[in-house]
Amino acid sequence: MGTRTVNVSGQNDNSTLTEMPSFVPSIPTSNPMGTEGNSIRSRISDFGTLEQSLGFRIEDAVDLSRNPVFNQLKSSSQAIGTDVQFGTLNKKESQSNPVTMLGSHRENWGETNVADGSPRTDTSTDDTDDKNQRSERGQSTAVMASDSSDKSKEKSGDQKTLRRLAQNREAARKSRLRKKAYVQQLESSRLKLTQLEQELQRARQQGIFISSSGDQSHSMSGNGALAFDVEYARWLEEHNRQINELRAALNSHAGDTELRTIVDNVIAHFNDIFRLKGVAAKADVFHILSGMWKTPAERCFMWIGGFRSSELLKLLVNQLEPLTEQQLMGVYNLQQSSQQAEDALSQGMEALQQSLAETLANGTPGSSGSSGNVANYMGQMAMAMGKLGTLEGFLRQADNLRQQTLEQMHRVLTTRQSARALLAINDYFSRLRALSSLWLARPRE
Amino acid sequence: MDRVRDLASTRAAVIFTKSSCCMCHSIKTLFYELGASPAIHELDRDASGREMEWALRGLGCNPSVPAVFIGGKYVGSAKDVLSLHLDGSLKQMLIDAKAIWF
Repeated sequence: MGTRTVNVSGQNDNSTLTEMPSFVPSIPTSNPMGTEGNSIRSRISDFGTLEQSLGFRIEDAVDLSRNPVFNQLKSSSQAIGTDVQFGTLNKKESQSNPVTMLGSHRENWGETNVADGSPRTDTSTDDTDDKNQRSERGQSTAVMASDSSDKSKEKSGDQKTLRRLAQNREAARKSRLRKKAYVQQLESSRLKLTQLEQELQRARQQGIFISSSGDQSHSMSGNGALAFDVEYARWLEEHNRQINELRAALNSHAGDTELRTIVDNVIAHFNDIFRLKGVAAKADVFHILSGMWKTPAERCFMWIGGFRSSELLKLLVNQLEPLTEQQLMGVYNLQQSSQQAEDALSQGMEALQQSLAETLANGTPGSSGSSGNVANYMGQMAMAMGKLGTLEGFLRQADNLRQQTLEQMHRVLTTRQSARALLAINDYFSRLRALSSLWLARPRE
Repeated sequence: MDRVRDLASTRAAVIFTKSSCCMCHSIKTLFYELGASPAIHELDRDASGREMEWALRGLGCNPSVPAVFIGGKYVGSAKDVLSLHLDGSLKQMLIDAKAIWF
């Protein structure tokens, strides 16, 4: 909040001194004061350090020695502080036109603008009740002030002065209250800002993709739901690009070496997504298991956070003809092995679910004392937490199964057949994704 | 370690588990599916369970359970076993150790 000091000291207009000095009216002013303004400016830099309270000594901040009214007031009470400046401002205002700025300040503060356009005494108080009264008084006192410079300042000057002093005290008090309210507002805003920043930090850690000004091209810091979704989208894009390359190579009857390179790239790229899933699972295993990063139709046929290898192989057998006897055997065995492995993992998952259910269901209602129940509850939760932790292990094994199946398939088949297999797999999933889109966009009665 | 070795040689297929471990359940299921009848030793029900777990970790088994031995030889953890199963090696090992016949 350096603005306080800075701006105030930047002021070259006396009128803003009447506002809360902590406020930041950085309104450029044409200096109407002439030389007086210069002295004011130099004084105001001192003033900046006094912004803590409104009770500053006006003569320190503003050189008003020329103002006869000021001198009079100065002698009458030293302690008036801000009040005094109001008095002297009268004189200034009549000389210049800072009122508009004042008006605008007041608008900032939600004050009603005393819009009679004439210079007024109490520049910062605007009780609607007193408004007209004050402006009247202000007018008269302004006249008085200017008159008093011409005529003698005795008699009527005294009375008006006293009234003005009272008004100024009131104004100062209100000003102080407003300052207090403003400061409180600032503080609460600051607190809110800190809280928001903390939330943002937490969300960032969770991997929620918040685009900052940094470059996003290499942000493999993907842990957490949204970050993984973004990475997966990127992976899919690259995968499709590679598949297109493979298709082009196959169609153009490219050589085996070239094909093998591309096929190896595709399989290596598959390993990338398995690795990414592993990282994301550490942060949020449920997101991966939920399959929300897949399209609906894909999600329907999901198995432990991904595709089912045995199903994929079943699809391929027809598409990969002609296969040699040996290859046929190899693919069939692979399909059967992956099926058995999948079944084994599925049974493990079921056992986990059952075990979790038993753990959570074990509640003896009101048997022991309340403390016993709490300890029981906490023990239950601790055990359940341990079991949930094993989910990540199952996902890892499932992904491992998928990865190994792809690699084993690549080993059993020739390069060209592997290429066709990869294209077939891609076609299948593309159609599933297209189906999802169609389904989501279908017309509903 | 001795105890581990001893137990591992008692049968063609031996699996060290923990009663609460569900991955162990998966591997057991796989072996039953293949027709093997592995000997199951639950570390949390064994007096020297902690030492045995430590020994298994020393063999490189992470997590320590399930730990699979075939023909008295250490095969690996769940990941290893599944990988071996996919390329057909597991079945062959079981046949060689006479845990299964086909």
